[in-house]
Amino acid sequence: MEFEFEVQGGDFSNAGQASSRIKKILKQLNVDPKTIKRTVVALYEGEVNIVAHAWKGKIKVDIETEKIKARLSDEGPGIANIDQAMRDGYSTASEEVREMGFGAGMGLSNMKKNSDEMEIHSEVSQGTTVMIVNYL
Amino acid sequence: MKVSELAEKLGFEIVSGKEGLDKQVVGGYACDLLSDVMGNAGEGQVWVTLQTHKNVMAIASLKDLAAIVLVKGLKPDKDMEAQSHEEGVPVLSTKEEAFETAGRIFELIK
Repeated sequence: MEFEFEVQGGDFSNAGQASSRIKKILKQLNVDPKTIKRTVVALYEGEVNIVAHAWKGKIKVDIETEKIKARLSDEGPGIANIDQAMRDGYSTASEEVREMGFGAGMGLSNMKKNSDEMEIHSEVSQGTTVMIVNYL
Repeated sequence: MKVSELAEKLGFEIVSGKEGLDKQVVGGYACDLLSDVMGNAGEGQVWVTLQTHKNVMAIASLKDLAAIVLVKGLKPDKDMEAQSHEEGVPVLSTKEEAFETAGRIFELIK
């Protein structure tokens, strides 16, 4: 099963909608609650990253019999140094975003902790693609 | 303990999301960093915070939290309040600050 969601950069009032939809679908499919929780945390962080940093993006989720694959791709500023971005506490979020309680520099590491596999590809001034896999 | 009992015993105002007052409270989490709550809060906990925007409800719903407790007399933004009803996650409010609030909740449910 494949699901696709559009995410608009800067649109904080709708942040989390894609993750919420996926959570409902996984529940209906009777996926193990622990796997649902991990997948939802990883997806939400990815969704917020698109809203906070990119111009626009897409979230594609593919649910197979033995795994959940998600691909979050955006058109945005990209990440110059991925190792640095992965570090807890490092963030390039704006002051406005930080005031909302986002931008603590925990997003990517939360994604890593809550996925079985994770890959990031990024090109500066073009965009970023994050792929995560969680096994069922 | 139900959210309604916790609110009554600690004198917290029930601002919105009455639909969820029967939810069971199993613990609490106090933090204003959304990613930290997303990463570490657990199902059935009450979340003590000063954040009053709609994304708080998105996290509460995704994490199956029992309720939100806003400190220092803060009230939710209009869209946060609306989503609290939609999701059935109560928003409570107290005049005390986070330290006292977390302490009193801990004393009550430990």
